[in-house]
Amino acid sequence: MDTLMQFGTGVFGTAWPAVWTLIKIVLIVAPLMLGVAYLTYAERKVIGYMQVRIGPNRVGPLGLLQPIADGVKLLLKEIVVPSGANRFLFVIAPMLSLAPALAAWAVVPFTDTLVLADIDASLLYILAIGSMGVYGVVLAGWASNSKYAFLGAMRAAAQIVSYEIAMGFALVVVLMVSGSLNLVDIVQSQQKGTFADMGLNFLSWNWLPLLPLFVVYFISGVAETNRAPFDVAEGESEIVAGFHVDYSGMAFAVFFLAEYAEMILIATLTSLLFLGGWSSPVAFLPDGIVWLLAKICFMLLFFLWFRATFPRYRYDHIMRLGWKVFIPLTVVWLFVVGIWMMSPLNIWK
Amino acid sequence: MDFKTTVFFFLSAILIFAGLRVITARNPVHAVLHLILAFFTSAGLWLLLQAEFLAMVLVMVYIGAVMVLFLFVVMMLDINLDQLRQGFWKYLPLGAVIGILIAIEMGMVLGSRYFQVLDSEVPGVAANASNTRELGALLSTDYVYPFELAAVVLLVAIVAAVALTFRGPKKTRYTDPAAQIRVKAADRVRVVKMPVEKQD
Amino acid sequence: MFNDFVAPSLYPAAPEIFLLFMACVILLVDLGVKSPRRTLTFVLTQLTLLGCAAITLLTSNTEVVYTFSGMFVDDMMADLLKLLVYGAVMLALFYSREYIQDRQAIPKGEYFVLALLATLGMLVMISANHFLTLYLGLEMMSLSLYAMVALNRESAISTEAAMKYFILGALASGLLLYGMSMIYGATGSLEITEVGERLYTYSVDKSVLVFGIVFLVAGLAFKLGVVPFHMWVPDVYHGAPTSVTLFIAAAPKLAAFAIVMRLLVSGLITQAADWQGMLIVLSVLSMGIGNLVAIAQTNIKRMLAYSAISHMGFMLLGIVTGVVGGDARFALNAYSSAMFYVVTYVLTTLAGFGLIMMLTRAGFESDELDDFKGLNKRSPWFAAMMMFVMLSMAGIPFFVGFFAKFSVLQAVVAAGYYWLAVAAVLFSLVGAFYYLRVVKLMYFDEPKIQEPIEGPLFIKVLVSANGLAVAALGLFPQFLMSLCAYALMRSLT
Repeated sequence: MDTLMQFGTGVFGTAWPAVWTLIKIVLIVAPLMLGVAYLTYAERKVIGYMQVRIGPNRVGPLGLLQPIADGVKLLLKEIVVPSGANRFLFVIAPMLSLAPALAAWAVVPFTDTLVLADIDASLLYILAIGSMGVYGVVLAGWASNSKYAFLGAMRAAAQIVSYEIAMGFALVVVLMVSGSLNLVDIVQSQQKGTFADMGLNFLSWNWLPLLPLFVVYFISGVAETNRAPFDVAEGESEIVAGFHVDYSGMAFAVFFLAEYAEMILIATLTSLLFLGGWSSPVAFLPDGIVWLLAKICFMLLFFLWFRATFPRYRYDHIMRLGWKVFIPLTVVWLFVVGIWMMSPLNIWK
Repeated sequence: MDFKTTVFFFLSAILIFAGLRVITARNPVHAVLHLILAFFTSAGLWLLLQAEFLAMVLVMVYIGAVMVLFLFVVMMLDINLDQLRQGFWKYLPLGAVIGILIAIEMGMVLGSRYFQVLDSEVPGVAANASNTRELGALLSTDYVYPFELAAVVLLVAIVAAVALTFRGPKKTRYTDPAAQIRVKAADRVRVVKMPVEKQD
Repeated sequence: MFNDFVAPSLYPAAPEIFLLFMACVILLVDLGVKSPRRTLTFVLTQLTLLGCAAITLLTSNTEVVYTFSGMFVDDMMADLLKLLVYGAVMLALFYSREYIQDRQAIPKGEYFVLALLATLGMLVMISANHFLTLYLGLEMMSLSLYAMVALNRESAISTEAAMKYFILGALASGLLLYGMSMIYGATGSLEITEVGERLYTYSVDKSVLVFGIVFLVAGLAFKLGVVPFHMWVPDVYHGAPTSVTLFIAAAPKLAAFAIVMRLLVSGLITQAADWQGMLIVLSVLSMGIGNLVAIAQTNIKRMLAYSAISHMGFMLLGIVTGVVGGDARFALNAYSSAMFYVVTYVLTTLAGFGLIMMLTRAGFESDELDDFKGLNKRSPWFAAMMMFVMLSMAGIPFFVGFFAKFSVLQAVVAAGYYWLAVAAVLFSLVGAFYYLRVVKLMYFDEPKIQEPIEGPLFIKVLVSANGLAVAALGLFPQFLMSLCAYALMRSLT
């Protein structure tokens, strides 16, 4: 590592810290994009097996080159801009959708030292950045100048704003029990407790004492990403394809990337906040990034599983679930945990 | 000019530009988008001042929630711009006078060297002090009263909004499957005995 | 880090806390109240106000007490004004009961809750010793009032009035905030008494301060409704349901007086020379335009709105004359005359609108001047009450309005502003014309409507008592006057 640093300083001089940061960004984004590509593959495979099909198997061995082929196809396709569309916003909307999904990764820790920016309020940063994702969808819907797209945008906006509240409350409880807004601290705070002392770390993670919030957070995450069964923003049987009905080629691909990057982000956050991040489930195995990756894959599986299992919610049911079930539930649990922490039974000291 | 100053001027320039576009943009949606940009850049400025909590909350609350709803409403508006511009020349003199007054005032404030004189006792930020913790402690000690008042103001807003818009639950008709199953033949058809009536 | 923090004493703020608690309880209880009359909600609301009054009386003492890190002040002035606010709100709600009952569109439960929350806002304003709390109290009151104006949801004119009120009110809040931030910039403190002390001890940049004061005064003028910031007053008085007009016309004036005293007198007394000049202009313009335009009105609510503008202008005279050239000898006298003026004005207004509402029925507003024609033939008693109100507003001896005007004029003369006194008297004479016109309509014209005046006996008695109080206080003004003077003496140190 030191030799790398010395070498870098020698080549780039004072600009080296900036270049090094850039390299780190590339090191995060490139695997992420690869992950996105193979998540689409995994999705098709998993859903295929669930429906007793085989899934893609033609391009490459086991169909492993399928995502590459899809990417190349989308790259080569023409981007059609509808005649009545607002050109500037139409083009910028996909980027606005992808940028927050990528920017959030800046503060995501992979191990206790492996993090791009270890800032004090990283959880807050993720919430703030995450709340901006909705603009891509809304602007895409509006700029397309199409009623289906607009309807999709409206649905998406209302849905995302509603579920963000429940999500935020769930996070408030997490930060309450760990006493920090820093993701590294949050992960580390999950590694102690009665069960951890017995060597059963996985029972000390937040998911068990905060089980309802874990569930609420993850389901809200599914709703935030507009994934099935909350995908009314696309709702291909009602409003064709919702907000991106008029997008084609690479512009469409960017929306696609954003959606899957967001999925991976939600899975990662769930792993970090509730499943102990990179810590190993039992004391005799070493901690490491492998565990984090395994947990992310586990959570991602749920996304795919949901899609294969549940029919799409009706729009008013989505709203009811968000406002009348999740928000009251999280608020009540906030009080419960608050009282719990003040009582002698506090397990988070 | 060090790095921080450069960033400051860069963000300020964007902020001023966005602010101007908010009031000059012809399309209200563009105006809202520039307002969002303005919020975002001012969050950046706050970050420069090491007020990271406020910056994040600004982004989260204003950009993430308030402006989304704002955009939502503005997108659905059908504004006739020509109609809006009708009174422009009539009101220009008054508006110009007020604008110039405010500009003069700004000049005087900026021109006066006061801001360095009296209260230079800005609390120094400890190296590892957490903004969030400090603010939280302040809000629940010294500023607990205005904090609670702000909560009551929000309550008033909720009560007012509900009072003005809620018109009672909708009377929807729906079928109750349980009742359909429980139904007996006797509930549906009633056989009535009556004497034969003569036709005349 | 904050281990040395001492929990604030909640004792001085007990009325506010009780009111907030009860408002929430009533909000919940009202969910279960099914009767369209909402008797339970109404009774609870009135009991809450009574309870507040009791708490205020019990916790009242002659000391000036600060709590919540100096953001809340409890002094005699606050106690007296709060008691008057409770009284004004209670009377207003009693008078409103039948009125809102007759109007289907008004949601009854929320009406009372909003009234309570507006009252809470007023209390916060009255006890504010910090720019933040003052502003928050103001917003709390204003938001509730905007909503109350629009509560009659089927009336387009009410909605329009609410919209105007809301937009201009928001603008005024903006001005006020801007002024506050300027003063904060100049003095480095948001606490009003602290601002006063710093201005006294340090030399502060004048230009920033004066501009801050300009905006502050403009914002206050908006809220008081004095010329040239009076545009909303006639529209809101006219457009709002009469019960809400009554509400807005009464108690908020007391709160507005309180914030004027807090901001200008407690905070910026060292800059009196600056704001007095502005207030003189506002005051003369208000008395002039208010009285002259009122003559042209045919709608009694609009007429009373312009009359309110002129009265507020008159009241400002008392605040203007407190300090003359650094000489504060007459301060107590002047401020207590202004306070007495506001209190009597509120009392008279309550009676006036109470009477107007007695005349309304379902579907009939009775807010045109013509509706008062021949009131004497329909009900000599209430015509007499209305006459008392009008004569008092006109400042005819020996009604309470006369003494109010007299004491303010005394302060003006004592301060040496002879021309101001002359102008005030002249404009009052102009004003007398339209007040007496109402009397003439009642006594010398033939009635258009013959129906007798209906209403629950209790309300009739209450209105009568209110009208008689206007007359009786005119005969014995001394008690209230000395009460105001005593309260202010204990509060201003």
